[in-house]
Amino acid sequence: MITFSAVAKRYRNGREALGNVSLHIPPGEMVFLTGRSGAGKSTVLKLIALLERPTRGQVLVGGENTGKLAARRIPAFRRKVGVVFQDHRLLADRPVFDNVALPLIVAGSALKEIDKRVRAALDQVGLLGSERQLPAELSVGEQQRVGIARAIVSRPPVLIADEPTGNLDPQLASEVMGLFRRLNEVGVTILVATHDLHLVRESGLREIVIENGRVAGDEGSLVLPIIEARR
Amino acid sequence: MSWLLRHVQSLLSSAGHLARAPIATLFTVVVMGMALALPLGLDVLVRNVRNATGDFSGAIGISVYLKTNVPESRAQQLLKNTRERNGVRSATLITATAALAQFRKQSGFGAALDALEDNPLPHVLAITPAAGSSDPAAIENLRRYLQSWPEVETVQLDGDWVARFNAILALLRRLLLLAAGLLGLGVVAVVGNTIRLEIQNRRAEIEVTKLVGGTNAFVRRPFLYTGALYGLLGGLCAFVVVAVALWLLAPFAQRLAQTYGSSFALQGPALRDLGILLGAGTLLGWVGAWLAAGRHLARIEPGT
Ligand SMILES: Nc1ncnc2c1ncn2[C@@H]1O[C@H](COP(=O)(O)OP(=O)(O)O)[C@@H](O)[C@H]1O
Ligand SMILES: [Mg+2]
Repeated sequence: MITFSAVAKRYRNGREALGNVSLHIPPGEMVFLTGRSGAGKSTVLKLIALLERPTRGQVLVGGENTGKLAARRIPAFRRKVGVVFQDHRLLADRPVFDNVALPLIVAGSALKEIDKRVRAALDQVGLLGSERQLPAELSVGEQQRVGIARAIVSRPPVLIADEPTGNLDPQLASEVMGLFRRLNEVGVTILVATHDLHLVRESGLREIVIENGRVAGDEGSLVLPIIEARR
Repeated sequence: MSWLLRHVQSLLSSAGHLARAPIATLFTVVVMGMALALPLGLDVLVRNVRNATGDFSGAIGISVYLKTNVPESRAQQLLKNTRERNGVRSATLITATAALAQFRKQSGFGAALDALEDNPLPHVLAITPAAGSSDPAAIENLRRYLQSWPEVETVQLDGDWVARFNAILALLRRLLLLAAGLLGLGVVAVVGNTIRLEIQNRRAEIEVTKLVGGTNAFVRRPFLYTGALYGLLGGLCAFVVVAVALWLLAPFAQRLAQTYGSSFALQGPALRDLGILLGAGTLLGWVGAWLAAGRHLARIEPGT
Protein backbone atom coordinates (compact mmCIF):
# COMPACT_ATOMS: atom_id res chain seq x y z
CA MET A 1 0.00 0.00 0.00
CA ILE A 2 2.83 2.37 0.90
CA THR A 3 6.30 1.95 -0.56
CA PHE A 4 9.31 4.24 -0.14
CA SER A 5 12.30 3.49 -2.41
CA ALA A 6 15.52 5.31 -1.52
CA VAL A 7 13.61 8.45 -0.64
CA ALA A 8 15.41 11.66 0.23
CA LYS A 9 13.70 14.90 1.19
CA ARG A 10 15.40 18.26 1.30
CA TYR A 11 13.22 21.21 2.33
CA ARG A 12 13.37 24.46 0.47
CA ASN A 13 15.59 25.97 3.17
CA GLY A 14 18.23 23.35 2.35
CA ARG A 15 17.54 21.22 5.44
CA GLU A 16 17.77 17.50 4.60
CA ALA A 17 15.02 15.80 6.63
CA LEU A 18 15.31 12.35 5.05
CA GLY A 19 18.55 10.89 3.70
CA ASN A 20 17.68 7.51 2.27
CA VAL A 21 14.47 5.86 3.37
CA SER A 22 13.11 2.60 2.03
CA LEU A 23 10.11 0.91 3.56
CA HIS A 24 7.08 -1.07 2.58
CA ILE A 25 3.72 -1.29 4.31
CA PRO A 26 1.33 -3.85 2.82
CA PRO A 27 -2.42 -3.20 2.66
CA GLY A 28 -4.28 -3.71 5.93
CA GLU A 29 -1.24 -3.41 8.18
CA MET A 30 -0.93 -1.09 11.15
CA VAL A 31 2.55 0.25 11.76
CA PHE A 32 4.17 2.66 14.22
CA LEU A 33 6.76 5.20 13.23
CA THR A 34 9.02 6.15 16.10
CA GLY A 35 12.14 8.17 16.66
CA ARG A 36 13.27 11.34 18.41
CA SER A 37 11.90 14.70 17.73
CA GLY A 38 13.43 16.00 14.49
CA ALA A 39 14.25 12.49 13.22
CA GLY A 40 11.96 12.86 10.20
CA LYS A 41 8.72 11.11 11.21
CA SER A 42 6.44 13.97 10.20
CA THR A 43 8.30 14.29 6.93
CA VAL A 44 7.56 10.63 6.11
CA LEU A 45 3.85 11.26 6.78
CA LYS A 46 3.84 14.49 4.74
CA LEU A 47 5.29 12.58 1.79
CA ILE A 48 2.50 10.02 2.07
CA ALA A 49 -0.25 12.65 2.26
CA LEU A 50 1.35 14.49 -0.64
CA LEU A 51 1.85 17.60 1.43
CA GLU A 52 5.42 17.40 0.18
CA ARG A 53 7.07 15.64 -2.74
CA PRO A 54 10.28 13.61 -2.48
CA THR A 55 13.51 15.24 -3.59
CA ARG A 56 14.94 11.88 -4.65
CA GLY A 57 13.57 8.35 -4.80
CA GLN A 58 10.00 7.15 -5.14
CA VAL A 59 6.97 7.28 -2.91
CA LEU A 60 4.16 4.95 -3.97
CA VAL A 61 0.80 5.17 -2.22
CA GLY A 62 -2.00 2.92 -3.44
CA GLY A 63 -0.09 2.47 -6.69
CA GLU A 64 0.28 6.21 -7.32
CA ASN A 65 3.75 7.71 -7.67
CA THR A 66 3.37 10.90 -5.64
CA GLY A 67 6.41 12.51 -7.23
CA LYS A 68 4.87 12.31 -10.68
CA LEU A 69 1.22 13.04 -9.90
CA ALA A 70 -0.16 15.99 -11.87
CA ALA A 71 -1.29 18.93 -9.73
CA ARG A 72 -4.90 18.59 -10.82
CA ARG A 73 -5.00 15.00 -9.58
CA ILE A 74 -3.72 15.82 -6.11
CA PRO A 75 -7.20 16.49 -4.60
CA ALA A 76 -8.49 13.07 -5.69
CA PHE A 77 -5.34 11.48 -4.28
CA ARG A 78 -5.71 13.22 -0.91
CA ARG A 79 -9.26 11.93 -0.55
CA LYS A 80 -7.81 8.45 -0.35
CA VAL A 81 -5.53 9.30 2.59
CA GLY A 82 -6.99 10.28 5.95
CA VAL A 83 -4.73 12.51 8.06
CA VAL A 84 -4.82 13.04 11.83
CA PHE A 85 -2.68 15.82 13.31
CA GLN A 86 -1.44 16.29 16.83
CA ASP A 87 -3.01 19.77 16.88
CA HIS A 88 -6.09 18.25 15.19
CA ARG A 89 -6.52 21.28 12.89
CA LEU A 90 -10.24 21.71 13.34
CA LEU A 91 -12.03 24.82 12.09
CA ALA A 92 -12.78 26.74 15.27
CA ASP A 93 -15.80 28.60 13.90
CA ARG A 94 -17.62 25.51 12.61
CA PRO A 95 -19.57 23.01 14.64
CA VAL A 96 -18.38 19.43 14.95
CA PHE A 97 -20.74 18.24 12.22
CA ASP A 98 -19.38 20.68 9.62
CA ASN A 99 -15.79 19.82 10.55
CA VAL A 100 -16.33 16.11 10.12
CA ALA A 101 -18.42 16.59 6.96
CA LEU A 102 -15.73 18.61 5.13
CA PRO A 103 -14.08 15.67 3.27
CA LEU A 104 -17.51 14.55 2.03
CA ILE A 105 -18.55 18.07 1.01
CA VAL A 106 -15.41 18.61 -1.07
CA ALA A 107 -16.02 15.24 -2.71
CA GLY A 108 -19.53 16.34 -3.64
CA SER A 109 -21.44 13.70 -1.69
CA ALA A 110 -25.22 13.92 -1.45
CA LEU A 111 -26.63 15.56 1.68
CA LYS A 112 -28.31 12.37 2.93
CA GLU A 113 -25.08 10.44 2.49
CA ILE A 114 -23.15 13.15 4.33
CA ASP A 115 -25.58 13.07 7.23
CA LYS A 116 -25.40 9.29 7.49
CA ARG A 117 -21.63 9.03 7.26
CA VAL A 118 -20.88 11.88 9.66
CA ARG A 119 -23.08 10.23 12.28
CA ALA A 120 -21.39 6.89 11.66
CA ALA A 121 -17.93 8.44 12.05
CA LEU A 122 -18.91 10.31 15.21
CA ASP A 123 -20.40 7.11 16.59
CA GLN A 124 -17.12 5.32 15.94
CA VAL A 125 -15.17 7.89 17.97
CA GLY A 126 -17.85 7.94 20.68
CA LEU A 127 -19.03 11.49 20.03
CA LEU A 128 -22.50 10.96 18.65
CA GLY A 129 -24.64 13.81 19.99
CA SER A 130 -21.93 16.49 19.81
CA GLU A 131 -22.72 17.51 16.24
CA ARG A 132 -23.77 21.07 17.02
CA GLN A 133 -21.00 21.86 19.49
CA LEU A 134 -18.04 24.05 18.56
CA PRO A 135 -14.56 22.48 18.92
CA ALA A 136 -13.70 24.89 21.74
CA GLU A 137 -16.59 23.51 23.80
CA LEU A 138 -14.99 20.05 23.78
CA SER A 139 -12.11 18.63 25.82
CA VAL A 140 -8.72 18.11 24.16
CA GLY A 141 -9.33 14.38 23.89
CA GLU A 142 -12.72 14.95 22.30
CA GLN A 143 -11.23 17.45 19.83
CA GLN A 144 -8.64 14.86 18.85
CA ARG A 145 -11.39 12.34 18.27
CA VAL A 146 -13.31 14.81 16.10
CA GLY A 147 -10.10 15.10 14.07
CA ILE A 148 -10.03 11.32 13.74
CA ALA A 149 -13.69 11.24 12.73
CA ARG A 150 -12.90 13.75 9.98
CA ALA A 151 -9.99 11.58 8.80
CA ILE A 152 -12.09 8.43 8.56
CA VAL A 153 -15.46 9.82 7.48
CA SER A 154 -14.87 9.22 3.79
CA ARG A 155 -13.49 5.74 4.57
CA PRO A 156 -10.04 6.24 3.05
CA PRO A 157 -8.00 3.04 2.56
CA VAL A 158 -4.99 4.72 4.22
CA LEU A 159 -4.92 6.57 7.53
CA ILE A 160 -1.87 8.40 8.82
CA ALA A 161 -1.63 10.02 12.23
CA ASP A 162 1.10 12.37 13.47
CA GLU A 163 1.49 12.11 17.24
CA PRO A 164 -2.25 11.67 17.73
CA THR A 165 -1.83 10.98 21.44
CA GLY A 166 0.76 13.67 22.12
CA ASN A 167 -1.65 15.90 24.00
CA LEU A 168 -3.62 13.15 25.73
CA ASP A 169 -3.32 11.54 29.14
CA PRO A 170 -2.51 7.77 29.13
CA GLN A 171 -6.15 6.78 29.56
CA LEU A 172 -7.31 8.85 26.54
CA ALA A 173 -4.22 7.81 24.58
CA SER A 174 -4.98 4.15 24.93
CA GLU A 175 -8.61 4.81 23.98
CA VAL A 176 -7.47 6.47 20.77
CA MET A 177 -5.13 3.56 20.08
CA GLY A 178 -7.98 1.15 20.59
CA LEU A 179 -9.93 3.13 18.01
CA PHE A 180 -7.10 2.82 15.49
CA ARG A 181 -6.90 -0.93 16.15
CA ARG A 182 -10.61 -1.32 15.41
CA LEU A 183 -10.26 0.67 12.18
CA ASN A 184 -7.32 -1.53 11.25
CA GLU A 185 -9.39 -4.63 11.87
CA VAL A 186 -11.85 -3.51 9.18
CA GLY A 187 -9.00 -3.22 6.69
CA VAL A 188 -7.63 0.32 6.90
CA THR A 189 -3.86 0.60 6.42
CA ILE A 190 -2.60 2.73 9.30
CA LEU A 191 0.68 4.49 10.00
CA VAL A 192 1.02 6.24 13.35
CA ALA A 193 3.99 8.46 14.21
CA THR A 194 4.55 8.63 17.95
CA HIS A 195 7.20 8.82 20.60
CA ASP A 196 5.01 7.06 23.15
CA LEU A 197 7.11 3.88 23.21
CA HIS A 198 5.03 2.41 25.97
CA LEU A 199 1.95 2.33 23.73
CA VAL A 200 3.96 0.82 20.90
CA ARG A 201 5.36 -1.98 23.02
CA GLU A 202 1.97 -2.69 24.48
CA SER A 203 0.47 -3.08 21.04
CA GLY A 204 3.00 -5.61 19.83
CA LEU A 205 2.68 -4.16 16.33
CA ARG A 206 5.37 -3.51 13.79
CA GLU A 207 7.53 -0.46 14.50
CA ILE A 208 9.73 1.47 12.11
CA VAL A 209 12.37 3.54 13.85
CA ILE A 210 13.59 6.70 12.11
CA GLU A 211 16.87 8.23 13.13
CA ASN A 212 18.47 11.24 11.47
CA GLY A 213 16.39 10.78 8.36
CA ARG A 214 17.14 7.09 7.96
CA VAL A 215 15.40 3.87 8.90
CA ALA A 216 17.27 2.65 11.95
CA GLY A 217 15.06 -0.31 12.76
CA ASP A 218 12.17 -2.27 11.34
CA GLU A 219 10.68 -5.72 11.85
CA GLY A 220 8.59 -4.94 14.86
CA SER A 221 9.22 -4.47 18.56
CA LEU A 222 11.40 -7.59 18.82
CA VAL A 223 14.26 -5.84 17.07
CA LEU A 224 14.08 -2.69 19.10
CA PRO A 225 15.90 -3.87 22.23
CA ILE A 226 18.88 -4.82 20.08
CA ILE A 227 19.04 -1.37 18.51
CA GLU A 228 18.70 0.27 21.88
CA ALA A 229 21.44 -1.93 23.26
CA ARG A 230 23.76 -0.80 20.47
CA ARG A 231 23.33 2.88 21.37
CA MET B 1 -28.91 18.43 -9.37
CA SER B 2 -26.22 17.95 -6.75
CA TRP B 3 -24.10 20.31 -8.82
CA LEU B 4 -26.76 22.98 -8.54
CA LEU B 5 -27.21 22.23 -4.86
CA ARG B 6 -23.51 22.69 -4.24
CA HIS B 7 -23.57 26.10 -5.93
CA VAL B 8 -26.59 27.14 -3.90
CA GLN B 9 -24.76 26.00 -0.76
CA SER B 10 -21.71 28.07 -1.71
CA LEU B 11 -23.90 31.08 -2.39
CA LEU B 12 -25.69 30.77 0.95
CA SER B 13 -22.46 30.28 2.82
CA SER B 14 -20.97 33.35 1.12
CA ALA B 15 -24.04 35.38 2.00
CA GLY B 16 -23.69 34.12 5.56
CA HIS B 17 -20.08 35.30 5.71
CA LEU B 18 -21.09 38.76 4.53
CA ALA B 19 -23.93 38.94 7.04
CA ARG B 20 -21.62 37.95 9.90
CA ALA B 21 -19.44 41.02 9.28
CA PRO B 22 -22.13 43.63 8.50
CA ILE B 23 -20.01 46.73 9.06
CA ALA B 24 -17.12 45.62 6.87
CA THR B 25 -19.60 44.43 4.23
CA LEU B 26 -21.52 47.71 4.34
CA PHE B 27 -18.30 49.67 3.96
CA THR B 28 -17.22 47.74 0.87
CA VAL B 29 -20.71 47.87 -0.63
CA VAL B 30 -20.98 51.65 -0.12
CA VAL B 31 -17.57 52.28 -1.67
CA MET B 32 -18.57 50.18 -4.67
CA GLY B 33 -21.98 51.82 -4.77
CA MET B 34 -20.41 55.26 -5.01
CA ALA B 35 -18.09 54.14 -7.78
CA LEU B 36 -21.01 52.70 -9.75
CA ALA B 37 -23.35 55.61 -8.94
CA LEU B 38 -21.13 58.20 -10.61
CA PRO B 39 -21.43 56.91 -14.19
CA LEU B 40 -25.13 56.20 -13.74
CA GLY B 41 -25.68 59.70 -12.33
CA LEU B 42 -23.83 61.26 -15.25
CA ASP B 43 -25.80 59.18 -17.72
CA VAL B 44 -29.13 60.12 -16.20
CA LEU B 45 -28.04 63.76 -16.21
CA VAL B 46 -27.13 63.70 -19.89
CA ARG B 47 -30.41 61.99 -20.71
CA ASN B 48 -32.33 64.63 -18.81
CA VAL B 49 -30.52 67.47 -20.54
CA ARG B 50 -31.35 65.93 -23.90
CA ASN B 51 -34.96 65.60 -22.84
CA ALA B 52 -35.10 69.18 -21.63
CA THR B 53 -33.79 70.55 -24.89
CA GLY B 54 -35.88 68.20 -26.98
CA ASP B 55 -34.66 66.38 -30.01
CA PHE B 56 -33.27 69.15 -32.10
CA SER B 57 -31.80 67.10 -34.87
CA GLY B 58 -34.44 68.45 -37.28
CA ALA B 59 -34.02 72.00 -36.11
CA ILE B 60 -31.06 72.79 -38.29
CA GLY B 61 -31.93 74.58 -41.44
CA ILE B 62 -30.07 76.53 -44.09
CA SER B 63 -31.68 79.58 -45.62
CA VAL B 64 -30.15 80.59 -48.93
CA TYR B 65 -31.01 84.19 -49.87
CA LEU B 66 -30.65 84.73 -53.59
CA LYS B 67 -29.73 88.06 -55.08
CA THR B 68 -32.84 90.16 -55.81
CA ASN B 69 -32.10 90.25 -59.53
CA VAL B 70 -32.27 86.46 -59.89
CA PRO B 71 -35.42 85.55 -61.83
CA GLU B 72 -37.83 82.92 -60.51
CA SER B 73 -37.04 80.50 -63.33
CA ARG B 74 -33.37 80.54 -62.33
CA ALA B 75 -34.39 80.05 -58.69
CA GLN B 76 -36.42 76.97 -59.70
CA GLN B 77 -33.33 75.69 -61.52
CA LEU B 78 -31.20 76.19 -58.41
CA LEU B 79 -33.82 74.40 -56.30
CA LYS B 80 -33.58 71.41 -58.60
CA ASN B 81 -29.77 71.44 -58.38
CA THR B 82 -29.95 71.65 -54.61
CA ARG B 83 -32.33 68.74 -54.33
CA GLU B 84 -29.98 66.59 -56.36
CA ARG B 85 -27.01 67.31 -54.19
CA ASN B 86 -25.83 64.77 -51.60
CA GLY B 87 -26.36 65.81 -48.03
CA VAL B 88 -29.65 67.55 -48.65
CA ARG B 89 -32.68 65.95 -47.13
CA SER B 90 -35.26 68.39 -48.46
CA ALA B 91 -35.39 71.79 -50.04
CA THR B 92 -38.20 74.18 -50.86
CA LEU B 93 -38.31 77.45 -52.68
CA ILE B 94 -40.02 80.39 -51.06
CA THR B 95 -40.52 82.76 -53.95
CA ALA B 96 -40.39 86.48 -53.38
CA THR B 97 -44.10 86.72 -54.25
CA ALA B 98 -45.07 84.06 -51.74
CA ALA B 99 -42.88 85.60 -49.08
CA LEU B 100 -44.45 89.01 -49.66
CA ALA B 101 -47.95 87.58 -49.53
CA GLN B 102 -47.22 85.90 -46.24
CA PHE B 103 -45.58 88.96 -44.82
CA ARG B 104 -48.61 91.04 -45.88
CA LYS B 105 -50.95 88.62 -44.11
CA GLN B 106 -48.93 88.30 -40.91
CA SER B 107 -47.66 91.81 -40.41
CA GLY B 108 -50.77 93.85 -41.13
CA PHE B 109 -48.71 96.29 -43.15
CA GLY B 110 -50.85 95.55 -46.21
CA ALA B 111 -51.50 99.17 -47.21
CA ALA B 112 -47.89 100.18 -46.77
CA LEU B 113 -46.71 97.27 -48.88
CA ASP B 114 -49.14 98.16 -51.64
CA ALA B 115 -47.26 101.41 -51.95
CA LEU B 116 -44.13 99.57 -53.00
CA GLU B 117 -43.55 99.34 -56.68
CA ASP B 118 -41.24 96.37 -56.71
CA ASN B 119 -41.15 93.38 -54.42
CA PRO B 120 -38.08 94.09 -52.23
CA LEU B 121 -37.83 90.48 -51.03
CA PRO B 122 -35.48 87.90 -52.61
CA HIS B 123 -36.27 84.30 -53.47
CA VAL B 124 -35.16 82.02 -50.65
CA LEU B 125 -34.20 78.32 -50.73
CA ALA B 126 -35.08 76.65 -47.43
CA ILE B 127 -32.88 73.56 -47.03
CA THR B 128 -32.91 70.82 -44.41
CA PRO B 129 -29.55 69.10 -44.47
CA ALA B 130 -29.47 65.30 -44.21
CA ALA B 131 -26.61 65.33 -41.73
CA GLY B 132 -28.59 66.78 -38.85
CA SER B 133 -27.04 68.37 -35.82
CA SER B 134 -24.67 65.56 -35.11
CA ASP B 135 -22.35 66.33 -37.98
CA PRO B 136 -21.38 70.00 -37.99
CA ALA B 137 -18.60 69.46 -40.53
CA ALA B 138 -20.99 68.18 -43.22
CA ILE B 139 -23.27 71.14 -42.68
CA GLU B 140 -20.39 73.56 -42.90
CA ASN B 141 -19.37 71.93 -46.20
CA LEU B 142 -22.85 72.35 -47.60
CA ARG B 143 -22.97 75.96 -46.46
CA ARG B 144 -19.68 76.76 -48.19
CA TYR B 145 -20.83 75.05 -51.38
CA LEU B 146 -24.04 77.06 -51.50
CA GLN B 147 -22.21 80.27 -50.73
CA SER B 148 -20.02 79.76 -53.79
CA TRP B 149 -22.90 80.13 -56.24
CA PRO B 150 -22.88 83.52 -58.05
CA GLU B 151 -26.66 83.90 -57.60
CA VAL B 152 -26.42 83.63 -53.84
CA GLU B 153 -26.43 86.74 -51.65
CA THR B 154 -26.05 85.11 -48.23
CA VAL B 155 -26.38 81.73 -46.62
CA GLN B 156 -27.76 81.63 -43.12
CA LEU B 157 -27.51 78.73 -40.72
CA ASP B 158 -30.45 78.37 -38.37
CA GLY B 159 -30.12 76.52 -35.09
CA ASP B 160 -26.39 75.94 -35.25
CA TRP B 161 -26.26 76.32 -31.46
CA VAL B 162 -27.96 72.94 -31.34
CA ALA B 163 -25.01 71.42 -33.13
CA ARG B 164 -22.63 72.99 -30.67
CA PHE B 165 -24.75 71.84 -27.77
CA ASN B 166 -24.90 68.34 -29.14
CA ALA B 167 -21.16 68.33 -29.53
CA ILE B 168 -20.88 69.13 -25.84
CA LEU B 169 -23.31 66.36 -24.99
CA ALA B 170 -21.32 63.95 -27.13
CA LEU B 171 -18.19 64.97 -25.25
CA LEU B 172 -19.98 64.42 -21.96
CA ARG B 173 -21.00 60.94 -23.03
CA ARG B 174 -17.44 60.15 -24.05
CA LEU B 175 -16.33 61.37 -20.65
CA LEU B 176 -18.99 59.18 -19.11
CA LEU B 177 -17.66 56.10 -20.84
CA LEU B 178 -14.16 56.95 -19.66
CA ALA B 179 -15.39 57.48 -16.10
CA ALA B 180 -17.35 54.23 -16.21
CA GLY B 181 -14.25 52.37 -17.38
CA LEU B 182 -12.01 53.83 -14.70
CA LEU B 183 -14.53 53.39 -11.94
CA GLY B 184 -15.18 49.84 -13.12
CA LEU B 185 -11.47 49.17 -12.64
CA GLY B 186 -11.82 50.75 -9.21
CA VAL B 187 -14.64 48.37 -8.35
CA VAL B 188 -12.54 45.41 -9.47
CA ALA B 189 -9.68 46.65 -7.29
CA VAL B 190 -11.90 47.18 -4.24
CA VAL B 191 -13.42 43.72 -4.51
CA GLY B 192 -10.02 42.19 -5.24
CA ASN B 193 -8.55 43.73 -2.12
CA THR B 194 -11.50 42.73 0.05
CA ILE B 195 -11.28 39.16 -1.21
CA ARG B 196 -7.52 39.14 -0.66
CA LEU B 197 -8.06 40.05 3.00
CA GLU B 198 -10.77 37.46 3.31
CA ILE B 199 -8.51 34.77 1.87
CA GLN B 200 -5.88 35.70 4.47
CA ASN B 201 -8.46 35.52 7.24
CA ARG B 202 -9.67 32.12 6.15
CA ARG B 203 -6.25 30.66 5.52
CA ALA B 204 -6.62 27.84 8.02
CA GLU B 205 -9.93 26.83 6.50
CA ILE B 206 -8.45 26.85 2.99
CA GLU B 207 -5.51 24.70 4.08
CA VAL B 208 -7.72 22.13 5.76
CA THR B 209 -10.09 22.08 2.80
CA LYS B 210 -7.21 21.38 0.42
CA LEU B 211 -5.83 18.81 2.85
CA VAL B 212 -9.01 16.73 2.74
CA GLY B 213 -9.02 16.84 -1.06
CA GLY B 214 -10.77 20.10 -1.94
CA THR B 215 -9.95 21.18 -5.50
CA ASN B 216 -8.82 24.70 -6.34
CA ALA B 217 -12.20 25.26 -7.97
CA PHE B 218 -13.99 24.19 -4.81
CA VAL B 219 -11.89 26.48 -2.64
CA ARG B 220 -12.29 29.36 -5.06
CA ARG B 221 -16.06 29.10 -5.47
CA PRO B 222 -17.22 30.79 -2.23
CA PHE B 223 -14.86 33.72 -2.88
CA LEU B 224 -16.23 34.18 -6.39
CA TYR B 225 -19.75 34.21 -4.97
CA THR B 226 -18.68 36.65 -2.31
CA GLY B 227 -17.23 38.98 -4.95
CA ALA B 228 -20.34 38.69 -7.10
CA LEU B 229 -22.56 39.40 -4.09
CA TYR B 230 -20.52 42.47 -3.24
CA GLY B 231 -20.98 43.65 -6.82
CA LEU B 232 -24.71 42.96 -6.78
CA LEU B 233 -25.18 44.85 -3.52
CA GLY B 234 -22.90 47.65 -4.78
CA GLY B 235 -25.06 47.98 -7.90
CA LEU B 236 -28.21 48.12 -5.80
CA CYS B 237 -26.61 50.73 -3.57
CA ALA B 238 -25.64 52.82 -6.61
CA PHE B 239 -29.18 52.70 -7.96
CA VAL B 240 -30.64 53.82 -4.64
CA VAL B 241 -28.10 56.65 -4.35
CA VAL B 242 -28.93 57.99 -7.82
CA ALA B 243 -32.68 57.56 -7.38
CA VAL B 244 -32.64 59.39 -4.05
CA ALA B 245 -30.40 62.16 -5.38
CA LEU B 246 -32.75 62.76 -8.33
CA TRP B 247 -35.77 62.63 -6.07
CA LEU B 248 -34.17 65.35 -3.96
CA LEU B 249 -33.34 67.46 -7.03
CA ALA B 250 -36.67 67.03 -8.81
CA PRO B 251 -38.59 69.90 -7.12
CA PHE B 252 -35.78 72.36 -7.90
CA ALA B 253 -35.61 71.27 -11.51
CA GLN B 254 -39.37 71.63 -11.82
CA ARG B 255 -39.33 75.14 -10.38
CA LEU B 256 -36.55 76.09 -12.77
CA ALA B 257 -38.46 74.63 -15.71
CA GLN B 258 -41.61 76.50 -14.72
CA THR B 259 -39.82 79.82 -14.86
CA TYR B 260 -39.12 79.01 -18.53
CA GLY B 261 -42.74 77.95 -19.02
CA SER B 262 -41.60 74.39 -19.63
CA SER B 263 -43.38 71.32 -18.34
CA PHE B 264 -40.08 69.46 -18.12
CA ALA B 265 -39.82 66.99 -15.23
CA LEU B 266 -36.62 65.31 -14.06
CA GLN B 267 -36.54 61.63 -15.03
CA GLY B 268 -35.10 59.20 -12.49
CA PRO B 269 -33.07 56.11 -13.44
CA ALA B 270 -35.09 53.51 -15.30
CA LEU B 271 -35.67 49.89 -14.40
CA ARG B 272 -33.38 49.03 -17.27
CA ASP B 273 -30.60 50.98 -15.52
CA LEU B 274 -31.13 48.84 -12.45
CA GLY B 275 -30.70 45.72 -14.56
CA ILE B 276 -27.52 47.05 -16.14
CA LEU B 277 -26.11 48.16 -12.78
CA LEU B 278 -26.81 44.85 -11.08
CA GLY B 279 -25.38 42.96 -14.04
CA ALA B 280 -22.28 45.13 -14.33
CA GLY B 281 -21.73 45.16 -10.55
CA THR B 282 -22.02 41.38 -10.32
CA LEU B 283 -19.68 40.88 -13.25
CA LEU B 284 -17.07 43.32 -11.93
CA GLY B 285 -17.27 41.78 -8.46
CA TRP B 286 -16.82 38.34 -9.93
CA VAL B 287 -13.83 39.46 -11.98
CA GLY B 288 -12.22 41.16 -8.97
CA ALA B 289 -12.68 38.05 -6.85
CA TRP B 290 -11.44 35.82 -9.63
CA LEU B 291 -8.25 37.85 -10.01
CA ALA B 292 -7.61 37.92 -6.26
CA ALA B 293 -8.39 34.22 -5.85
CA GLY B 294 -6.14 33.33 -8.76
CA ARG B 295 -3.26 35.25 -7.24
CA HIS B 296 -3.60 34.27 -3.60
CA LEU B 297 -5.28 30.88 -3.40
CA ALA B 298 -2.67 28.95 -5.33
CA ARG B 299 -0.04 30.00 -2.80
CA ILE B 300 -1.91 28.46 0.10
CA GLU B 301 -1.04 24.80 0.41
CA PRO B 302 -1.50 22.57 3.45
CA GLY B 303 1.48 21.09 5.21
CA THR B 304 4.78 22.54 6.45
N1 LIG C 1 8.76 22.69 6.44
C1 LIG C 1 10.05 22.49 6.81
N2 LIG C 1 11.00 23.29 6.32
C2 LIG C 1 12.26 23.11 6.67
N3 LIG C 1 12.70 22.15 7.50
C3 LIG C 1 11.80 21.33 8.02
C4 LIG C 1 10.42 21.46 7.70
N4 LIG C 1 9.75 20.48 8.36
C5 LIG C 1 10.67 19.78 9.05
N5 LIG C 1 11.89 20.29 8.85
C6 LIG C 1 13.13 19.76 9.41
O1 LIG C 1 13.27 18.45 8.99
C7 LIG C 1 13.75 17.63 10.04
C8 LIG C 1 12.76 16.51 10.31
O2 LIG C 1 11.59 17.08 10.81
P1 LIG C 1 10.28 16.25 11.11
O3 LIG C 1 9.99 15.39 9.93
O4 LIG C 1 9.23 17.19 11.52
O5 LIG C 1 10.74 15.36 12.34
P2 LIG C 1 9.86 14.66 13.47
O6 LIG C 1 8.45 14.66 13.05
O7 LIG C 1 10.44 13.30 13.57
O8 LIG C 1 10.07 15.45 14.71
C9 LIG C 1 13.90 18.54 11.26
O9 LIG C 1 15.27 18.89 11.36
C10 LIG C 1 13.08 19.75 10.92
O10 LIG C 1 13.67 20.90 11.45
MG1 LIG D 1 6.80 15.57 13.96
